Amino acid sequence: MPEIDLGVTPLRELNGALHKLPKDTNETHWVIENPAGQHAIAAGLDAPLKVEIKGPVGYYCAGMNKLATVQIHGNAGVGVAENMMSGFVHVSGDASQAAGATGRGGLLRIDGNASSRCGISMKGIDIVVKGSVGHMSAFMAQAGNLIVFGDAGDALGDSIYEARLFIRGDVKSLGADCIEKEMRDEHKSALHNILSKAGFNGEVDPGEFRRYGSARQLYNFNVDHAGEY
Amino acid sequence: MCGIVGLFIKDPALEPELGKLTAGMLETMTGRGPDSAGFAVYGEGEAGRTKVTVRGTSPLAIEERALDSGFPSAKTAIYDTHAVISVPDDEVEALIAWLELTPDAEIVGRGSRMEIFKEVGLPADVAARFSLPTMSGTHAIGHTRMATESAVTTDGAHPYSTGQDQCLVHNGSLSNHNNLRRELRLEGMTFETENDTEVAAGYLTWRMRKGLSLGDALEVGLEDLDGFYTFVVGTENGFGVLRDGIACKPAVMAETDQYVAFGSEYRVLADLPGIGQARIWEPEPATVYFWER
Repeated sequence: MPEIDLGVTPLRELNGALHKLPKDTNETHWVIENPAGQHAIAAGLDAPLKVEIKGPVGYYCAGMNKLATVQIHGNAGVGVAENMMSGFVHVSGDASQAAGATGRGGLLRIDGNASSRCGISMKGIDIVVKGSVGHMSAFMAQAGNLIVFGDAGDALGDSIYEARLFIRGDVKSLGADCIEKEMRDEHKSALHNILSKAGFNGEVDPGEFRRYGSARQLYNFNVDHAGEY
Repeated sequence: MCGIVGLFIKDPALEPELGKLTAGMLETMTGRGPDSAGFAVYGEGEAGRTKVTVRGTSPLAIEERALDSGFPSAKTAIYDTHAVISVPDDEVEALIAWLELTPDAEIVGRGSRMEIFKEVGLPADVAARFSLPTMSGTHAIGHTRMATESAVTTDGAHPYSTGQDQCLVHNGSLSNHNNLRRELRLEGMTFETENDTEVAAGYLTWRMRKGLSLGDALEVGLEDLDGFYTFVVGTENGFGVLRDGIACKPAVMAETDQYVAFGSEYRVLADLPGIGQARIWEPEPATVYFWER
């Protein structure tokens, strides 16, 4: 099990070593000490690794992640797991702005709060936040699920496409074209599945959440407006 | 870009470390601002005296001329291109009037405790030139600049003084600074540069001259300052933080029993003592924060 001290090893060296690993590598468990908020730690992974980071990370940690499990024991800076393709990223503390931005797949779990623009332009990722999310979360969110145990800030789901938002607490305000929708059994079942994958098997009742999504008035071409173009 | 830092010490035992810790924080922000750097340090004051920080190509000559020009009780400390001239409170207006007429002497700030230093260059070099690591005090704010709205000059470096013992550093850019500068000039304010942050500083000064507190001036600034910004403001007794309504620019804060610290990124805070046990959070948008003692 490689243990890397980022107080000693340069970050580029670590990321280079992680990128060189073949998919069938036997070195599947990496431990990173002293991250000290450095940027782009374990970004661009493309193998079924488990990477444990013991401390707070800076921007874009685990960005573009494919297949890997990245465990961050601490807070994460801007854009954690941004553009994730697959795999699992778990933040034990808080996450800064734009967590999971543009993510196409995989699962991002944040045990603390996420700041503004969580899940901005998400395209298939599932994001589970145990705390609350800040303003403009799920802005232009296209696909995937954002699940929040706490509250959501201003303008949730502004200009949203087809992502589904499940919020257990209060929503300060909804953004343009985002509306509350009926929580049917199929949604409870889907929510239950994601919560189980995130490690909350049976701990949380999907029935306590409210569902929000697109009113589909903004992004469709409306023939009645044809004369205005 | 640009990087801003702030450190407000709650435990007097840490005061001798203020300069060293601030210098480390500034150096970490080199990537966000390699063009120029500056900082304000709130150190020892002397009862009945006010300090004026001046810069010029020959601060020694400024000191000699001050002693010869009716300020025999002036005490001067020279730091590279800057001089901190201390005079009795009742002589400070005369000193400032004299400095304004003196060639090659730019007033950087004034206060009973505040001293401001800024120069073009890498943050670590600027900190070393002014011996920042040896300075002590209760609080400091600093800035590393990546120029966007105006030229890379010492005039364009932060902090900008907003009044006695008050100064401002800024990350972001204002889009209505030209209009606002014109309006404030009609109100009698003067501006030395084309810099947007100087306008923000002048705006706050003007609001406070009209009777608002600094906190209230920042609140109404949310309406009048168009653009994106995170401000850190130093006052005689503490510092304040304000982010624009959409929190465009990054900000992280840490608090322990010993200090409150501000950084554009967490990296700035990573080497502070006891950071592992600190409460870490991001300030909310459009919310004025203040710490005083």
